[in-house]
Amino acid sequence: MTADQLLALVAGILGGALRVGAPFLFVSLGECITEKAGRINLGLEGVLVLSAMCGFGGSYLTGSVWLGVLCAVLAGGALAALHGVLCSLPRVNDVATGIALMLLGTGLAFYLGKPLIQPQAPQLPPIELGNWSSSPAVKAALQINPLVPLGLLLAVALWWGFANTRAGLLVRMAGDSAQAARALGYSVPAIRIAATIAGGMVAGLGGACLTLFYPGSWNEGISSGQGLIAVALVIFARWSPLRCVGAALLFGGAGALGPALQAIGIGWGYHLFNIVPYVLTLLILVLSCKPGQLAAGAPGEFSAR
Amino acid sequence: MRSVLQQAALPVAAILAALVLFGGFVAFAGASPVEAWVILFKGAFGDWFSWQNTLQRAAPLMLTALCVAIPARAGLVIIGGEGALVLGGLAAAASAQVLPFTGWTGTVAVCVAGALAGAAWIALAGWLRQWRGVNETISSLLLAYVAIGLFKHLVEGPLRDPASLNKPSTHALAESLRIGGIAGSDVHWGLVLGVLACLAAAVWLRWLPSGFATRVVGGNPRAAQLVGLPAAGLILLACALGGGAAGLAGAVEVAAVHTSANASLIAGYGYAGILVAFIARQEPLAVIPVAILFGGFGAAGSLLQRRLGLPDASVLVLQGIAFVLILASEALRDVDWKALWARLFVIPGPTRDPSWRGKSA
Repeated sequence: MTADQLLALVAGILGGALRVGAPFLFVSLGECITEKAGRINLGLEGVLVLSAMCGFGGSYLTGSVWLGVLCAVLAGGALAALHGVLCSLPRVNDVATGIALMLLGTGLAFYLGKPLIQPQAPQLPPIELGNWSSSPAVKAALQINPLVPLGLLLAVALWWGFANTRAGLLVRMAGDSAQAARALGYSVPAIRIAATIAGGMVAGLGGACLTLFYPGSWNEGISSGQGLIAVALVIFARWSPLRCVGAALLFGGAGALGPALQAIGIGWGYHLFNIVPYVLTLLILVLSCKPGQLAAGAPGEFSAR
Repeated sequence: MRSVLQQAALPVAAILAALVLFGGFVAFAGASPVEAWVILFKGAFGDWFSWQNTLQRAAPLMLTALCVAIPARAGLVIIGGEGALVLGGLAAAASAQVLPFTGWTGTVAVCVAGALAGAAWIALAGWLRQWRGVNETISSLLLAYVAIGLFKHLVEGPLRDPASLNKPSTHALAESLRIGGIAGSDVHWGLVLGVLACLAAAVWLRWLPSGFATRVVGGNPRAAQLVGLPAAGLILLACALGGGAAGLAGAVEVAAVHTSANASLIAGYGYAGILVAFIARQEPLAVIPVAILFGGFGAAGSLLQRRLGLPDASVLVLQGIAFVLILASEALRDVDWKALWARLFVIPGPTRDPSWRGKSA
């Protein structure tokens, strides 16, 4: 491996960490909001696929990529609203509902997105960070998704907001002690539905990243479990928006390994490199969970366990 | 019998409602909903040809549904049946190359290999939960993606038959190892295996001590602990049995339908099995008719595509809507219909006690 190849590989993994990590960042932030309110939304996998399709379709049909992003956000919010309302019904379990919405979201996206597999939609304009280098490989690797800075801001805002704003405290109260929220006269289901919808909208931004930046087209294999990995990341990040950023970057890097190796001509074991993020998620779950108890930092009203 | 009907009433109503909603989607796509319903019915149950197609698809659905239903009775939500199915199929194809058996013993050996691979895979998810408290819903689905990656790597690499040019496949199973059709039909013996597996699961859960203990562990963990049941072992057993069923589904698909392990195996039976199990309320006997119903929807799917030009994902949409409505219908299970009826349509006279207004009024 020459020095140029090594530089390209490192730049590929670093740039890829941001590029591939963007959907993980948004979905994990979205799940963070949802779980802080005491709900689990496994359906964010479906939200990711559906919003990716809607974002692409919106961008293609309107010709404006930002309207596409808006479509993705609205689609994510709509599917999450369904989850929020269903889970508020008596005897409806949020894990089962999440699985159902995972299937429904994927089905709807494949059904409505069938005509979108061929065309090219306007893409998000990249932020160039690689202009210092003369190597085209490095330049290409360091093109940054304009939604990523937004995601970082959002993470900081959420971290601050959960501790300091009325809305943030209400969400945490609904998640930590529903009784306390009820005692103060707030409707716990309403708070949870609102948090679930907000989470779905944030996750919708992740869907927009997939089809409007990288890989930048709509096809039926576009998400393949990334939403679910992001949901698992929240456990690893201990329900802290700031730690979600680190986790998303780590996973972006792992996910970029296969493409980066392929870019410098190592094609062996393509499928094996592609399973690295899933194996890494499992390892992290194994290391960060403790048998028989909730992980530290978990909202007290968690219905999953 | 009456209670069975009562149990089934809500799911049936939910499926009917899902069909109505699906009609809306069909209309949205510019086709006639009535025509779509007719095609769904005819393509699934219209004639002997459709029935054969339906039953052929119902066989793997029964087995993958057991992969959800059996662990669910031990209190686990496992959704990674697709991974167990895929690895089961791969193990079946690989073992067919090395096992010395021929004839029906060989077929049995191939099926056992598939079941063992699937059992090990899902037991891994159960073990992770017991050992580290890892959420088995997430881990089993992650394991499914790992399994599919491994499958593709092995089928396109080390286990590939060099003669499979366009579509990477393993070596085809020898003729004598394959699972044939039930006399005079296209339906293979895998259907019988599926039905037998459901019956066996029902008998085990209902009448055998370990099955009963598993239900106690799932239904009331505290009670299980108090009477000293070996919960960890029972949970692992339930996962292994469920995974074994899904692995067997993969072996059957390879030995009866595809004749070798290739990408056709990744057809979503594992995910459809989740839905079948939930509609059957995790009851192995109910899995049989529900699997036939959804096998029918699957069989009619390609017909919808050909006749009405609907996308091939139409059946996925129908399944998704049905799943959501089935779960939502649970909320109606304990509704006092008489009281609701009275509240809505019986106008209380002046002498009536207005207790329906609630106590605070």
